[in-house]
Amino acid sequence: MIEIATPLTGAASTGEAVQFWILAVIAVAGALGMVLCRKAVHSALCLAGTMIALAICYMAEGAVFLGVVQIVVYTGAIMMLFLFVVMLVGVSAEDTVKDALKGQRIAAVVAGLGFGVLLIAGIANAKLRTFTGTGAADAKAGGNVQGLAALIFTKYVWAFEVTGALLITAAIGAMVLTHRELTEEKQSQRDLAERRVRLGTQVTPLPAPGVYARHNAVDVPGLLPDGTPSELTVNPTLRARGQMRDVSGELVDRMGELEASTAGWLGRRTPKPRHSTELAKAPAAASAPAPTAEEPQE
Amino acid sequence: MNPVNYLYLAALLFTIGATGVLVRRNAIVLFMCVELMLNASNLALVTFSRLHGNLDGQIIAFFTMVVAAAEVVVGLAIIVSVFRTRHSASVDDTNLMKL
Amino acid sequence: MDNLIPVLVGLPLAGAAVLLLGGRRLDRFGHWLGVLASTASFGVGLALFFDMLSRSTAQRPAFDHLFTWVPVEGFQAQIGFQLDQLSVVFVLLITGVGSLIHLYSVGYMAHDERRRRFFGYLNLFLAAMLLLVLADNYLLLYVGWEGVGLASYLLIGFWQHKPSAATAAKKAFLVNRVGDIGLSIAIMLMFSTFGTFAFGPVFGAAHTASQGTLTGIGLMLLLAACGKSAQVPLQSWLGDAMEGPTPVSALIHAATMVTAGVYLITRSSAIFNLAPTAQLATVCVGAVTLLFGAIVGCAKDDIKKALAGSTMSQIGYMVMAAGLGPIGYVFAIMHLVTHGFFKAGLFLGAGSVMHGMNDEVDMRKYGGLRSYMPLTFVTFGLGYLAIIGFPGLSGFFSKDKIIEAAFAHGGTEGWILGCAALVGAAVTAFYMTRVMLMTFFGEKRWQPDAEGHEPHPHESPKTMGIPMVVLSIGSVGAGALFAWNSSFVNWLTPVTGHEEGHSPLSSWTVSGVTFAVIALGVLVSWLMYGRQPVPATPPVGSLLTRAARRDLLQDDFNHVVLVGGGTHLTRFLVYLDAKGFDGVVNGIAAAVGGTSGRMRKLQNGYVRSYALSMFGGALVLVATTLLMRAV
Repeated sequence: MIEIATPLTGAASTGEAVQFWILAVIAVAGALGMVLCRKAVHSALCLAGTMIALAICYMAEGAVFLGVVQIVVYTGAIMMLFLFVVMLVGVSAEDTVKDALKGQRIAAVVAGLGFGVLLIAGIANAKLRTFTGTGAADAKAGGNVQGLAALIFTKYVWAFEVTGALLITAAIGAMVLTHRELTEEKQSQRDLAERRVRLGTQVTPLPAPGVYARHNAVDVPGLLPDGTPSELTVNPTLRARGQMRDVSGELVDRMGELEASTAGWLGRRTPKPRHSTELAKAPAAASAPAPTAEEPQE
Repeated sequence: MNPVNYLYLAALLFTIGATGVLVRRNAIVLFMCVELMLNASNLALVTFSRLHGNLDGQIIAFFTMVVAAAEVVVGLAIIVSVFRTRHSASVDDTNLMKL
Repeated sequence: MDNLIPVLVGLPLAGAAVLLLGGRRLDRFGHWLGVLASTASFGVGLALFFDMLSRSTAQRPAFDHLFTWVPVEGFQAQIGFQLDQLSVVFVLLITGVGSLIHLYSVGYMAHDERRRRFFGYLNLFLAAMLLLVLADNYLLLYVGWEGVGLASYLLIGFWQHKPSAATAAKKAFLVNRVGDIGLSIAIMLMFSTFGTFAFGPVFGAAHTASQGTLTGIGLMLLLAACGKSAQVPLQSWLGDAMEGPTPVSALIHAATMVTAGVYLITRSSAIFNLAPTAQLATVCVGAVTLLFGAIVGCAKDDIKKALAGSTMSQIGYMVMAAGLGPIGYVFAIMHLVTHGFFKAGLFLGAGSVMHGMNDEVDMRKYGGLRSYMPLTFVTFGLGYLAIIGFPGLSGFFSKDKIIEAAFAHGGTEGWILGCAALVGAAVTAFYMTRVMLMTFFGEKRWQPDAEGHEPHPHESPKTMGIPMVVLSIGSVGAGALFAWNSSFVNWLTPVTGHEEGHSPLSSWTVSGVTFAVIALGVLVSWLMYGRQPVPATPPVGSLLTRAARRDLLQDDFNHVVLVGGGTHLTRFLVYLDAKGFDGVVNGIAAAVGGTSGRMRKLQNGYVRSYALSMFGGALVLVATTLLMRAV
């Protein structure tokens, strides 16, 4: 790609044209996917694709250094930061289909279409000079990177310094924003243990999740002996996101099926099918040990 | 091919990004849309650099990236801190600034 | 000698100041101090008069410039006095009659504990009135004009514990203000037209002004005269002004102050002579008022109100005469002076009657008083003969001359005015005879008052008697004195100018006809009130009688037209203000508020909504930029 970029003097070569059309399709598809995907993770991945496509475009246009920076900084660092926050905040938090603002979506699409049409019409009507290409400028400085460096540290040195200050400020700002002031003395493990005992609500460690879970054990609450799910077994963050999966009803149904299928075989009476809701309502009634041991774990 | 096509692509991406800002409610996706808009403008700047035959456009694109990085840092910090207090990443939930 | 002119004003002014500021310690002799100030002023006036007599006609007017009141470039208000033949007549009338009435008041107000204050007000009045007639410019005249208004107000409301007196004082003051506005506008017009308001320059430059300006000034002066002299349409206050003590009625509301309007018109003769429209208005006002007052006088049972109607009517004669121009000015002033004598005498007589009758004013409760009060009867009777114009007495000379001048005005107008004056003379004879008959003839009709005190009619003390006698002498002799050898005419001609009228009727014919109508009036009156007993309660009477008892509905007219109109105008303005202006203001406020309330909904707190607005704005900007480039 660097090879394609270097001879740039003005009009694009056929190779670049082919490359452009492929990249343009990828970039637009990625952009549309980002906007249309309901899951933030998918959006982030789509955006990463678009950015890589754009990075290649930069290189094709002779901005080799920018292309590399685009991949390293944007796709590498910034997008990872995005993904990190997405994971932190809610990997599967989806936008509802219904918009709270009436007419916002239609107005946005109309405005966007109008804006796009205007921009494209403006570019189409612009009397652009012939593209001279950056080859000469690069050659003068002895290469693209050298040329940029020369400009940054001479003509744009003030902007460069100010940008550095901005980055530091941003770093401090992020720290300030996410910092939480301790309003009381930090409790040690010993303090926590003592408090737990004193309160007497949950002396033992919290029950483990994933008992009888079938998929990702972490987000499936463990079942109590009577078959009811225990929310305590799930991480509070997942609880806050509402990302718990309740499989108890499914399990109970399957157990009923199993009992029914083995009833004749074991010579027992067919028990009445039970439902999880019923169990949840009357946990005291379900004092008998649930036949959960038979459930195979997956 | 005329390199003007790069400009059309930039305009298209910018428009998609802007529309996305208006349509999406997840604050993180909103930020991504903003990033897309910045990238689109970067593409336009690089193309202009090629048009004029000097490197100033690339320099400005470079600065845009730096500023975008700073903006993302602060923006994501804000999102995290809002999520901590409101348990939501939707920008529609932070709507108390009104009469 | 001219330096004495300010003393004329200064003496009563000093008297007023001493009496009003001196406090209770002056109570014992304060009234004599008042009489002294007045008499001294009269003495100075006499001295100045004889000094003037001793000079040739051209040398007679005397001037004394005291000081410059407002020394501003272009606006020089002077305190200056002018004593000419016209002023001196007034000075003698005011101080002479004034002194007599001061003397009379000593007796009349003997039992009033606020007598000192009364004399202070009387002196104040004298000072203001003298200032009015002695001023050499309109602004100073205006000061005197307002001064007499103030004194009149204070004296009408002297018995302020009576609500009727307080109301009457306020009414007089208010109605006078309307006239005063006319005078002030006239002065402003003069100043803007001539750049001065001194008599000499104004009269000298009068012919340079436009006809419209002169008519305007004339009409405004006429309005002022109407207010002060109780002429239609500003006549309504005079009847009520009789609430004041009788000496006040005699001095202010019969002899002097109410004639100030006549003085003003005569003094401004140079302006009126050049403004025929204003003159026409003046004669119309005079003619209407002389009939109006006479009719009112016929219906009143209150002796003072009957005399007040008569005053109105007689001043109507004077105003009419003044409006006739050079043929009438002199006779207006002559009638003014003779009227000053006989009307003051009549009022003093009425006061004497009231004094003897426990302050009863209803003539239906008099009757047969001639034997109880012979002196009052005689003096009152002489005044009566004078006013109806009995040949040889003063009213005969002055009134006949006015009637003659009215005929001499010429044309249809002359005939109408002359006939109005003749009718007025007949009605005057009728109502004066009625007053005379009801008061002094017939049987006794007096009744015990509410507390059961039987009135004991008695002759008044000497302090009251002497002025009545003096005035009755004046009533009898003044006319003849003035008419003798045309002395009065010759005296005033240098000031007012005089033309002999060319009456279509000869002087003797007018006198004969006048005497005939007077005799007719007396006869009718005798038939109605002399031959048959007067009922103690007034009969219902005809529509005209009832209207006349209510002052020919003047108050009702004022109430309906002015008060009602004003009230409706005010209500309309309030309505306009509340609905119109406030409506606009409140409407704007409501519109802003309502718009804001709706605009507020745009501020919905959703950041995406704001972003949409921003994006819309960017769209518009881009569109505008492209359009501008395309253009």
